[in-house]
Amino acid sequence: MYRMMSRSYQLFNAFNILFMCLLGLAMFLPFLNVIAQSFSSSEAVTSGRVTFWPVDATTINYRYVFSDASIWRAFAVSVFITVAGTLINLVATATLAYPVSREEYVGRKLIMLMVLITMIFSAPLIPNFLLMKNLHLMNTPWAMILPGAISAFNFFVMHSFFKQLPAEVIDSARIDGCGEVRILMSMVVPLSKPVMASLGIFYAVGHWNAYMNALYYIDQPKWWPLQVLLKKMFETDDLSIDPGASQFSELAFTSPEGIKMATIVIATLPIILLYPFLQKHFVKGLTLGAVKS
Amino acid sequence: MSTIKTEAVELKPSSVVRRPGKGGGLIHLMWKYKALYVISLPGIVYFLIFKYIPLGGSIIAFQDYNIFKGFTGSEWVGFANFAMMFQHYDFLRILKNTLLIGLYDLIIAFPAPIILALLLNELRLVVFKRVIQTVVYMPHFLSWVVIAGMSVAILSPSTGILNQLLGLFGIEPVYFLGDNAYIRSVLVGSGIWRDMGYGTILYLAALAGINPDLYEAAEIDGANRWKQTLRITLPALLPTIMILFLLHIGKFLDFGFERVWVFLNALNTENGEILDTYIYRSGLLSQQYSYTTAVGLFKSVVGLVLVLFGNLLSKKTTGEGLY
Repeated sequence: MYRMMSRSYQLFNAFNILFMCLLGLAMFLPFLNVIAQSFSSSEAVTSGRVTFWPVDATTINYRYVFSDASIWRAFAVSVFITVAGTLINLVATATLAYPVSREEYVGRKLIMLMVLITMIFSAPLIPNFLLMKNLHLMNTPWAMILPGAISAFNFFVMHSFFKQLPAEVIDSARIDGCGEVRILMSMVVPLSKPVMASLGIFYAVGHWNAYMNALYYIDQPKWWPLQVLLKKMFETDDLSIDPGASQFSELAFTSPEGIKMATIVIATLPIILLYPFLQKHFVKGLTLGAVKS
Repeated sequence: MSTIKTEAVELKPSSVVRRPGKGGGLIHLMWKYKALYVISLPGIVYFLIFKYIPLGGSIIAFQDYNIFKGFTGSEWVGFANFAMMFQHYDFLRILKNTLLIGLYDLIIAFPAPIILALLLNELRLVVFKRVIQTVVYMPHFLSWVVIAGMSVAILSPSTGILNQLLGLFGIEPVYFLGDNAYIRSVLVGSGIWRDMGYGTILYLAALAGINPDLYEAAEIDGANRWKQTLRITLPALLPTIMILFLLHIGKFLDFGFERVWVFLNALNTENGEILDTYIYRSGLLSQQYSYTTAVGLFKSVVGLVLVLFGNLLSKKTTGEGLY
């Protein structure tokens, strides 16, 4: 086959490989630049001398960030929302998808239609806001968890997966005297590990990166997740550093930019560390949702 | 996605009683499997409370809603809020922004993953392909806040690496984030940077499903690689393209709140503001509840019309559709 390649196709291949390399660099180098800045001295950052390697390497930016109690608190809020939110997402999605996937369930088409409608027509912001207010969920972590408890898209993915589990297996479990809850927990969920893992990842990454709901419904710093804190840091140009004070007198030589970059790295670190694991599952999850018919 | 199609099309109850209980009848069947209904209850309640109550609450678009008088006590004003929209200079300017950004997104960001998937598909070295895929999927997992923060650093006119790079070619530094002339390109461009790689996954899955015999036969018939792409690969991708296109069309006015809000500042709001950020600013922050609900409802209705119309058109021409 390779012998049959024409000159023009060889030329195309060379350009294609070159293009892919450039594209890869365009995706990767910004990360490297941010990491390099976070480890560089203020003087190097503000004079624009940092490219892809730290200049006057220092960890002062990180030490400053880690000494800030509000960042630790925001980190804890984000972790809580991600863990609790994802658990609620998976339980809520599975407990609706399983019954509706069974033929014994009268009215399953109606439920599917009910979910589908929310996918193509959504309520405006203010009625949602008034609902949160009336439910007294404002300024609680639940305002960041409950509004998205079930994603319609993920519901359909899980539903189509449950649907092709053989009915005979479930029927025989029933004959053996298993209740529906037990069937769901000890048969359906273990049989659906790949789809559970993929959807869990979609939900978890969504929670970790979520910003909008927190902006809408949380105005007390106590419950700010990391993303909101990060945005606030970028809105204020000066981080009100008092160089004379505390153990950070060296901060006189630190720039707000370096500190911002260090916070970006910290906020992204969990995702980067888990990325190999994430990548394995999301490709599967995404294609599961689409290919099944 | 095709799941949705097959499930929602037939709404007849005929298949429901395929395996009837001993006594038959719906009530009997429901009683026999009552546990299923109990299990499904929280999910149903969730949709009713968090999705359908706000939909009902959208009636404040037809009221002069007062938070102390509530839904029942507020005065009805008919379509006055909608009429007000089109008299606002602000609204028309922001609608124009939303349409332009949506259009750029459709003609540039939508085809990008298709082209990238086709190019990835031509890579023969598996290891190289894997590495490139790993790298281009990654930006999708960053939050918009983080992406905006990185952009501030990278696009900075004084210290950013992009301007340093442009400087090598003798181009004067550009203040990308602080200029109305560039904000729309930044918004669409950041979306391409983040999602182009990730968007290839579905296309690559469709490409992997093409029967290799087709290419072999074409080879024997003397079709070169370009002709094979035109005659075999693209037609095989068409159903996927069509479905994703319809989903995209339905979200035409829904460019996204977060991805715009994080980039806006006093210097670029004029051209950068879209309907969603406008609704937040004048709805939540300035408390024009009824007026912005009308704006939101307008947006949702236009989205619905677009998706239904697009679906109809697509079914007529290609036989592919969402529902």
